[in-house]
Amino acid sequence: MASKYSKDLLLTMYRKMYLMRRFEERAGQQYGLGKIAGFCHLYIGQEAVAAGVEEAIRPDDYMLSGYRDHAQPLARGSDPGMVMAELFGRTGGYSKGKGGSMHIFDIENHFYGGYGIVGAQIGLAAGMAFASRYRNEDRITVCYFGDAAANQGIFHETLNMAVKWKLPVLYICENNRYGMGTAIARTSAVPEIHKRGEGFGMRHEAVDGMDVLKMYEAVKDAAAYIRAGNGPVLMEANTYRFRGHSMADPATYRTKQEVEDERKNDPIPRLKDYAIKQKLAKEEEFDAIEEEVKAQVDAAVKFADESPEPDLAELWKDTIVEEGEEDVRPRERVLGQKVTKWPKYPSGQELKVTWDLEPREQADKADKAAGLKR
Amino acid sequence: MAELMYREALNQALAEEMERDANVFLIGEEVGRYQGAFKVSQGLLDKFGSARIIDAPISELGFTGLGVGAAMVGLRPVVEMMTWNFAILAMDQIVNNAAKLRHMSGGQLRCPIVFRGPGGAGGRLSSQHSQALEANYAHFPGLKVIAPATPADAKGLLKSAIRDENPVIMIEGERLYALKGEVPEGEHIVPIGKADVKREGKDVSLITWSRMYYFCEEAAKQLEAEGISVEILDLRTLRPLDEEAILATVRKTNRAVVVEEGWPLAGVGAQVVDIIQSKAFDDLDAPVVRVTGLDVNMSYAANLENAIQPDAPKIIAAVKKVLYREGA
Ligand SMILES: Cc1ncc(C[n+]2csc(CCOP(=O)(O)OP(=O)(O)O)c2C)c(N)n1
Repeated sequence: MASKYSKDLLLTMYRKMYLMRRFEERAGQQYGLGKIAGFCHLYIGQEAVAAGVEEAIRPDDYMLSGYRDHAQPLARGSDPGMVMAELFGRTGGYSKGKGGSMHIFDIENHFYGGYGIVGAQIGLAAGMAFASRYRNEDRITVCYFGDAAANQGIFHETLNMAVKWKLPVLYICENNRYGMGTAIARTSAVPEIHKRGEGFGMRHEAVDGMDVLKMYEAVKDAAAYIRAGNGPVLMEANTYRFRGHSMADPATYRTKQEVEDERKNDPIPRLKDYAIKQKLAKEEEFDAIEEEVKAQVDAAVKFADESPEPDLAELWKDTIVEEGEEDVRPRERVLGQKVTKWPKYPSGQELKVTWDLEPREQADKADKAAGLKR
Repeated sequence: MAELMYREALNQALAEEMERDANVFLIGEEVGRYQGAFKVSQGLLDKFGSARIIDAPISELGFTGLGVGAAMVGLRPVVEMMTWNFAILAMDQIVNNAAKLRHMSGGQLRCPIVFRGPGGAGGRLSSQHSQALEANYAHFPGLKVIAPATPADAKGLLKSAIRDENPVIMIEGERLYALKGEVPEGEHIVPIGKADVKREGKDVSLITWSRMYYFCEEAAKQLEAEGISVEILDLRTLRPLDEEAILATVRKTNRAVVVEEGWPLAGVGAQVVDIIQSKAFDDLDAPVVRVTGLDVNMSYAANLENAIQPDAPKIIAAVKKVLYREGA
């Protein structure tokens, strides 16, 4: 039977996953060399999630993540050199070296950040989705978080509002089975995170996050549902990180056997095998992609290495917006490339708010049922 | 000029700014159907509808985060805290996100949001409902903090806050909502960062903000009767502090008393004293004295509640101390 996927789609997803993998391996190596400091949370093993999501949504959909945030922007199209320079703490980084590993922001590509406080981005995502509805835009917001983040209060507070107000947001829990060194089953009354959607009357589902095609299908479907105005979806991508929680973690809390078993599910060779079996692409085509990506990552490391440390005068910038101050266009600043995709929001005068969050008749009826008179 | 209550002045500012800019919306507990826990949002639901006057669930952390997210993509939320005591639950979103987004994104993002609501003690509500928490927020770079004393300042500062491109914390006086004062109609703007000399004097400066301003006035009137001329500087903005105005009044009177409702340790007043001693030491004729709330939790018992807070007699005693007068 012929594959229902195009060659183009499969190769694009392969290229993205391979880029994430090579980039992260080089980041780990550079950490070892002392070029990268702080925490450095690698995404290795989880690539199918980001690659599947990216091809299933629109490039102008909003996205945010936690601190494990180097790879998702790469899938969006962020410049690997600028992400690497950010990890190095250099001027060439997206945040001029001020954010570092846990805070990658690429607004041009609608990537609204990595956040170092576990779960903090879950509330922000609801606000961005709220803004889309407020402005009658049909874009959705995709929010990544970990399994451990689902135990934070903000998760529960936000899901309640998101459902009540039908916010166009896709919550993707990347369940890699551990929060730092603690297995999810040890801290969660119900370790199947997606089931928590049940209590909020929210559409929820679990997906094999080691299979990029399954991710792609599930997200396409969920995104269409959300875009049609049905409200949020909670999706649990069951995945696995092959490395420790961060570069500082030797990951002794799990057995060698467990990791080896999971490695057999590596999403990258899995996709390659599928494409070759389906006769959609040849081995050589993959080799060529791999060579290109390796060169791209080499160039990224070189770019980061050659980028200067920020000037001390930078200390006093970017905390408060001064009157008349322009926002920074990183690509223009760093690569001299004109930025065309920078978001332009409608001004207050152009904006017509037509959305009824709680229609008056509905509220009146509820009050009446409760015997109240307003 | 119309005489308005402090709450009405705030209501007017909100209505005018929402009319001017459809990006502005209000979210908080009981702001819509109930017309506001302290009636600041009275009538706004009818005017602007449920998408712009939003009754939030009791989820301070959640709806604060939602507000910050909306501000990140160009809306201008006003988040009402039923009181600042409950905003402690929302601290993470205010401090770790709103205050830091611009920095962490290297200037790619801005966060034009106002967090507002009543603060301060009184009304026999005991410890969890009676706290002056402005020092907590004044501590953080990336935030602006305002605390108006009069209805006119309340209106003018709220308008500035809504138009500001940064996160602004507005601590209103819970005990001031019913207070009346003249408020200019329409486009009345009080700039953030500018203190106001509310009473001119030459012997001593009282430096204060919010409700404590009224105790200072009371003290000043009594002191005037004793022949002591008091200047009152209302800071209005606690971050950034108006250093110039602080130094100017001290250079004029050469003596200062700093009056603050909150606790003494790491209070805003401590910073004011530091500014004075490091930049106007030679102008001082006496050490600066602070009058603060006592370093204890607020009690329910009426006499204890009174004893904990600053009042006019405590301020008078402090003034006499910096003047080396009897009774101090
Ligand atoms: C509020 C908060 N508490 C604790 C931490 C420390 N911490 C960082 S990551 C982490 C584990 C989170 O695991 P999970 O949400 O499952 O994401 P994963 O690392 O698996 O991607 C912890 C406890 C933190 N950063 N923030």
